[in-house]
Amino acid sequence: MSDPQITEDLIAAHGLKPDEYQRILGIIGREPSFTELGIFSAMWNEHCSYKSSKKWLRTLPTTGPQVICGPGENAGVVDIGDGQAVVFKMESHNHPSYIEPYQGAATGVGGILRDVFTMGARPIAAMNALSFGDLEHPKTRSLVSGVVSGVGGYGNCFGVPNVGGEVRFHPSYNGNCLVNAFAAGLADADAIFYSAASGVGMPVVYLGAKTGRDGVGGATMASAEFDDTIEEKRPTVQVGDPFTEKRLMEACLELMASGAVISIQDMGAAGLTCSAVEMGDKGDLGIRLDLDRVPCREPGMTAYEMMLSESQERMLMVLRPEKETEARAIFDKWDLDFAIVGETIPEDRFLIVHGGETKADLPLKALSGTAPEYDRPWVETPAAAPLGPVEEIDAIEGLKALIGSPNHARKSWVWEQYDHMVMGDTARAPGAGSGLVRVHGTDKTLAFTSDVSPRYVKANPYEGGKQAVAEAWRNLVATGAKPLAATDNLNFGNPEKPEIMGQLVGAIKGIGEACAALDFPIVSGNVSLYNETDGTGILPTPTIGGVGLIETAGRAIGTTPREGDVALVLGVTEGHLGQSALLWETARRAEGDAPRVDLAAEKAHGLFIRDNHATIRACTDLSDGGLALAAFEMAEGAGLGVEIGVTGTAALFGEDQGRYLIAADEESAALLEAAAGAAGLPLARVGRFGGDRVKLGDAEAPLAGLSDLYRTAFERALHLPDALAELAV
Amino acid sequence: MKAAVIVFPGSNCDRDMAVALRAAGAEVEMVWHKDAGLPRGVDLVAVPGGFSFGDYLRCGAIAAQSPVCRAVIDHVHKGGYALGVCNGFQVLTETGLLPGALMRNAGIRFVCRTVPLAVGTNDSAFTAGYARGQTLQIPVAHHDGNYFVDQATREMLEAEDRIAFTYGDEVNGSVGRIAGVLSENRRVLGMMPHPERAVDAGHGGTDGRAMLDGLVGALVAA
Repeated sequence: MSDPQITEDLIAAHGLKPDEYQRILGIIGREPSFTELGIFSAMWNEHCSYKSSKKWLRTLPTTGPQVICGPGENAGVVDIGDGQAVVFKMESHNHPSYIEPYQGAATGVGGILRDVFTMGARPIAAMNALSFGDLEHPKTRSLVSGVVSGVGGYGNCFGVPNVGGEVRFHPSYNGNCLVNAFAAGLADADAIFYSAASGVGMPVVYLGAKTGRDGVGGATMASAEFDDTIEEKRPTVQVGDPFTEKRLMEACLELMASGAVISIQDMGAAGLTCSAVEMGDKGDLGIRLDLDRVPCREPGMTAYEMMLSESQERMLMVLRPEKETEARAIFDKWDLDFAIVGETIPEDRFLIVHGGETKADLPLKALSGTAPEYDRPWVETPAAAPLGPVEEIDAIEGLKALIGSPNHARKSWVWEQYDHMVMGDTARAPGAGSGLVRVHGTDKTLAFTSDVSPRYVKANPYEGGKQAVAEAWRNLVATGAKPLAATDNLNFGNPEKPEIMGQLVGAIKGIGEACAALDFPIVSGNVSLYNETDGTGILPTPTIGGVGLIETAGRAIGTTPREGDVALVLGVTEGHLGQSALLWETARRAEGDAPRVDLAAEKAHGLFIRDNHATIRACTDLSDGGLALAAFEMAEGAGLGVEIGVTGTAALFGEDQGRYLIAADEESAALLEAAAGAAGLPLARVGRFGGDRVKLGDAEAPLAGLSDLYRTAFERALHLPDALAELAV
Repeated sequence: MKAAVIVFPGSNCDRDMAVALRAAGAEVEMVWHKDAGLPRGVDLVAVPGGFSFGDYLRCGAIAAQSPVCRAVIDHVHKGGYALGVCNGFQVLTETGLLPGALMRNAGIRFVCRTVPLAVGTNDSAFTAGYARGQTLQIPVAHHDGNYFVDQATREMLEAEDRIAFTYGDEVNGSVGRIAGVLSENRRVLGMMPHPERAVDAGHGGTDGRAMLDGLVGALVAA
C-alpha cells in the first residue's frame, strides 16, 4: 500500500495550520512523508504541545521544599516524610468520553494510573471530576451511565480505591462533557523513575499490550472542536483493558525493583511517537525504531498507524542491556509482550524504519522543542454586572431546592459503583469532603480532594481560579491535613477566541496567586482546550486536585457531630449571593460577581483549624449552598437534626469564602472561642446539632423527609431504571 | 496455623486478605497461580477478591482451570479448609467445590457499600464466633454477586444448614438473598461480602474479625 500524497486537505485533516506546515518545511528542508506528517501532527497538537497555554502555565508556582518533581514528567512527586513520596496527577479525557462514554472514561482512568506507576509509584487512590450537560438534554443520561460505569469498570478491576470527585450538571456541557481523572500513588522518594533516556546504544524496549489500529489520531481529535460529524470519530476512541493494565503495573514495579530500568515512559496520547520523542528529547539523544519488531494485534499495519496508534496499556523503556534476561523473565511471568524495538543513538535524530524502508527521518529535538508556541490574543473578562434584587426565600424551601437537585444531592449512586475500599486503607469513603487513604503500614494518612466552581470562573476568571485552589485547600485542612500540593486540570473552550483565552489567562493568574499565597504548588496538570460544540464553549472549568498529609492519625478531624454539639462558623459572613448555588437551583440565575477570596484570611483560618484539631469534633468547609447546606450535610451524615439560629437568605445561603463549619462539645467550643479571640479571628456560635428536626432560622422540617430527598434525588433526577427496587418489594 | 493466599494476575484483594489473616495470627504465604502445588503444611487456602483473569468471560471460569486450582481441589478433597471471598467465591463455584453460580447483579451495576449480613449458621469453623441470626455489617464490592442455585439445591443447602450468610437487604438479586455457602463437610466457605475489609475500625468496621480470629484459632487447635 503506497502512502497518500501530501495535499492541503491532508495537512488540514491533521489539524496543522498552513503556517505550521511552512514551519515543518523549514525544519526538514523537504516535503514530509505521510508518516512524518502524522508524527508532526501528533507532537504539535494542543494536547501534546500545550502551544496555547505554555506561556501562561510557566507563571504557576511549582516549587517548594516538599516538591521532589514538578510539572514536566508523567506526574508530580511530593515528599511525605520517612523517605516516602506521593505521586499524582489529574488529566482529562473529555472528547473520547463524549463520543464513547464507557471506553472514553475507562481509558481516561487507565491513562492517569499509567502516568503514576510509570514514575515507580503504586496507585493508592483515584478520584473523578465529571461535568455533564442538562438532564433534559437527550444525551446526558446515557453519558452519566456510561461514564460512571466506565470509570468503575476500569478502576475496580485494576484495584485502586476511588475516594472522591465531583459530579455536576450544566447546560454548557450538553455537547461536551468533562471527565477529569485523578490518580495518586506511593513510592520511595529515592526510587522515582523518569523519562530521560541515557547512554548510547541502549535497547529501547516495548512492553505491555499489542499495538492495534485503535486511537489512531486521538490526540489530534482531542484538539478539535466538535460538530455534527462527531459519530464518525468513534473509531478514534481507544479500548481499555484494565486486566492488562494491572499486570503491566505489577510487571513494571517488579522490573524497576530489579534495577533494569534506565528510563520509562508510558504510551498515552500519540502513543509510540510521543513516548519515544519524550525519552530522546529529555536525554539529549536520538532514537531509532524498527517497526517490524513492534508487537501488533493485526497484520498489515503501516508505519503511520503504528506511530499514531493509541492502543492502551503499553510502555516504552530504556533498559540496561545486561539485565535483558531478567527483564524478559518478569514480563513472561505476567504474560505480557516484551520486544526490543530500537536503540538510543548519539545524534539528534528520530529514525523510523519499517519493512526495510525509512519511513521517517526527522530531527528529534525539533519535534518537541520547536513545537509552535502561541501568545494568543486575549481580552480580559469584563466585570460582572452587579446582582439584582434577591427575594427572601423560606430557608427549608431553599434547602430542598439544593438537596433535591442532582448537583447537590447525595451521590452514592455514583460512588457505590466505584470500589472505594480495595487495598484496605480507605479511612474516609467518598461523600464527606476529602477522601482519606492511610499510607499502608504507617500512622500517616493522605487526603485527596477535587474542586472548582465553574460559574464563579465564568463570571470572574481570576477570583474563580483563586477560589478553586482555596476550596481544595480548605477541604484538606478540614480533615486535619497539611495541604501539600495540587494538580490542575484546565478545561476551557477554543483558545483562538480572545474572550476564551482571556478566561484561561485570568484563571491561571488566580490559581497562581492562590497557590503562592497558600504554599500549595502545582506539581502536575493537564490542559484541555477546544471544549466547544458548534461554537459554544463550556463553562470554564479549571479543576484543582489537592493532596494533603495528616502526619499522625491523632491529628485527623472527623465529619460527624454528636447530639448536643455546638455549631460554630469560622470566617466572616457577608452574605454573598452572586453566582450562588441557591440562585441557580431556585431560579436558574447565574448573576453577579464571584465571591472574593481573601488569601490572607484563608491562610489564617486554615492554620487555626490545624492548630486546634484536638478540640474540633467535626469540620467542613463552607462552599456551594453556604451555611445552610453545610450544616444540613454534616447533621444528616450523623443522623442528627440541627438548629441554626441565623436568619436571612443571604446569611444562610451566601457563599462567602474562607469559612469553616465546626462541631464541638460545649467545653471545646469555649476553648475554641477563647483561642479565636486571642488570635483575633472571627468565630461565632451559630447553632446546635441534635434532635430529629432541621431548623434554619424561622423555618423547620423533620430530618427524615429531607434526608430521604437528599438520598434519592440524584437517581430520581436521572430517571434511572432500578431493577433492584422491584425485587425489594 | 499456615494459610496460603492464591494470587491470580488480576487478584487485587490478595494483600488485604494476607494482612487480615496475619492480624488474626496466621502465618501467610502467597501462592502464584502458575504453581502446581501448595506449600507444605497449609491449613487454609484463601482465594481472594479481584478480577482473576480480567473476568471478561464468566467470572472465575479461567482461574478455575489454572494449575494452582488443581492443587486447591486436592487440598479440599483431603479435608483441607478453604475460604473464597468475592472473586474467590466465584472461583470456588467454577471449580465445583461449592454449588451454584454467581451471575451479574440484578441491578446491573457494580455495588460497593457496607451491607447488613445475617448469620445463617454458626456450625462451622468460620462462623462459630457469631450467634445464629446475628446481623453483621460487612462491605461488598462486586458486579457479579447474584447467587443462583436451582430449587432442589437450595432446599438441600437449607436442610443441611449450609447457608452461612444472607443479605439483610436487597443487594444483588441472589436466590434467597444468599451471600455465603458452606461445602458439605463445612470446611469450604464461599461468600461475596469481604470479611477482610471488616477487621479494622479505621477502615470498614470490625464485624469480620470474629470470623478470621475464630477460624485461625480453630485451625491452630486442630
